[in-house]
Amino acid sequence: MRPEIIINSLAFDAMITHCRDGLPMEACGYLGGKDGEVSHCFPLTNTDSASDHFTFDPKEQFATVKQARALGIDLLGVFHSHPETPARLSAEDIRLFNDPHMQYWIVSFSKPSPEVGAFMLKKTPDSVDITVVHIVIK
Amino acid sequence: MNVTINGQIEQIPSGLTIVGLLAHKSVEMPDMVSVELNGEILDRPAFDTTLVSEGDSLEFLYFMGGGQ
Repeated sequence: MRPEIIINSLAFDAMITHCRDGLPMEACGYLGGKDGEVSHCFPLTNTDSASDHFTFDPKEQFATVKQARALGIDLLGVFHSHPETPARLSAEDIRLFNDPHMQYWIVSFSKPSPEVGAFMLKKTPDSVDITVVHIVIK
Repeated sequence: MNVTINGQIEQIPSGLTIVGLLAHKSVEMPDMVSVELNGEILDRPAFDTTLVSEGDSLEFLYFMGGGQ
């Protein structure tokens, strides 16, 4: 059975808005919540300021970790946008996504309406196992 | 000795470098981890030479990047 993640509509809309505002560049951020349910969106700066790549600002990352801790929530996911390509993990995403505890969300603007995909990755030196996560907005 | 790691007080062996602490904590993909020590982000070359001291506060997180 496909795993499921619940996200509240405020966090979902904030993620879409941050990604749309960043166009034509990629935008990125964290998603936080509790017990597997996303309640907060934390927009971060794409230090690459590029349309085909993103990198988090480590200072913002550490600040967000502490902010989430102060709120009593966990960081559950990383999101970024694909301005021109579908909501699937690219080879570069797979290469650089190394936190085994995160879900990876992609917001695609390759079509008139944004499309969102969420994934879990399990990497070993020999293999990459990708699981598609079903998103429930409430 | 006691240190704070990701907000939790933990007891660790004395004499560990940052590299040693990452190994002690069984952190996966340690080459992709950023470390903040007492509020300052450490440069990666310092991981081998920086000793963890009693009362230090450390944060670990993964470098994060990607592309379409």
